Amino acid sequence: MSEDTHGSELTRRRMLQGAGAALAVATGTIAIGVAGPGGGSATAADPGASDSFDEVFQGRRIQGRPVSGGGHHGGTGTGTGTGYEVRIDGDELHMMRNADGTWISVVNHYQTFATPRALARAAVNDLQGATLVPVATA
Amino acid sequence: MGVRKNQATLTAQEKRAFVNAVLALKANGGYDPFVTTHNQFILSDVDNGERTGHRSPSFLPWHRKYLLQFEQALQAIDPSVNLPYWDWTADRSTGSSIWGADFLGGNGRASDGQVTTGPFAYSTGGWTLNVNTDSRTYLRRQLGAGVAQLPTRPDAESVLAITTYDAAPWNSSSAGFRNALEGWRGVNLHNRVHVWVGGQMATGVSPNDPVFWLHHCFVDKLWSEWQKRNPGQTYLPTAGTPDVVDLNEPMKPWNNVSPADMLDHSALYTYDTGF
Repeated sequence: MSEDTHGSELTRRRMLQGAGAALAVATGTIAIGVAGPGGGSATAADPGASDSFDEVFQGRRIQGRPVSGGGHHGGTGTGTGTGYEVRIDGDELHMMRNADGTWISVVNHYQTFATPRALARAAVNDLQGATLVPVATA
Repeated sequence: MGVRKNQATLTAQEKRAFVNAVLALKANGGYDPFVTTHNQFILSDVDNGERTGHRSPSFLPWHRKYLLQFEQALQAIDPSVNLPYWDWTADRSTGSSIWGADFLGGNGRASDGQVTTGPFAYSTGGWTLNVNTDSRTYLRRQLGAGVAQLPTRPDAESVLAITTYDAAPWNSSSAGFRNALEGWRGVNLHNRVHVWVGGQMATGVSPNDPVFWLHHCFVDKLWSEWQKRNPGQTYLPTAGTPDVVDLNEPMKPWNNVSPADMLDHSALYTYDTGF
């Protein structure tokens, strides 16, 4: 039953939006599906999870887009577990989604943001011109 | 067995001994692996998958073990050193003695957030950051910028009054004492303090700022206080929970210590006072 509901929701969205946007929505929905309690219908309606952005904020290029691989659990260190990717001047900002649909990044790890765009802007503010470096492991 | 004291009560000699042991651990290469370990768990602990160090029931026993290991590393350098704690409900201003040049150093400067006073200022040459999220290798702070107020004593009391340790779904959306203390829900204690300090403390590499240890020592003290006030309550969940460390399961990265092993710290250390 839930799959039917899920499918018709996608179909409805597909009718409302262009094919490319619908694909983005579908990807976002996969990520939401593994987000657990609190990540249900409320986040499906959150434009932050399914929309791309590409803008210059305080002199830095920030880009965000849904990515495939949202069903991958756990820490690859690449952010692929979130179903979303943010880059600052081309460098990936490690981020993850909370169960309530909010977002955190490695730069702002103890503070939640409503959308990936707000997360990216907060990181730019914190960086003060510094560049992200790849995650240090071992 | 050591006694962990309120940092505000340390003598000048005790402050010096702590700072010198931290600097020596940094110099001999023993400090940075703690930063790396913390960041690895920060990055891999997720609400919908395996989670050990954060956003999960084992947040408290994981950090208790992690602090013990750090404390033992300091004691290998100077056996007289015990971790001090920072009671941020009491010492809550940017002018508090914890930020003095004789202890942890002060706020970052306005231009770039760089800490320029005290033993951990970049210019000393003894505190260059090697495990980073960005290109800056100097310690940064922005006290009170990310959030204006530290948690109050009534805030802490309200969290101590929550009698259930943790609850399904055992992540950042859980009700219960652990999550209110960690700060994803409710008045927000632990997370808020990270944000209040700012700089590296707001990031996954937060142990780059030595105040991390004093902050988490107080978080540990609050857990200890909760345990004392709630003798009939214990760590949850007890068994059979996917992606989460149950009471008797081993915790990574040690793999030889369980939450149950961490519940009674009295043989390892005590606190100078109750909350």
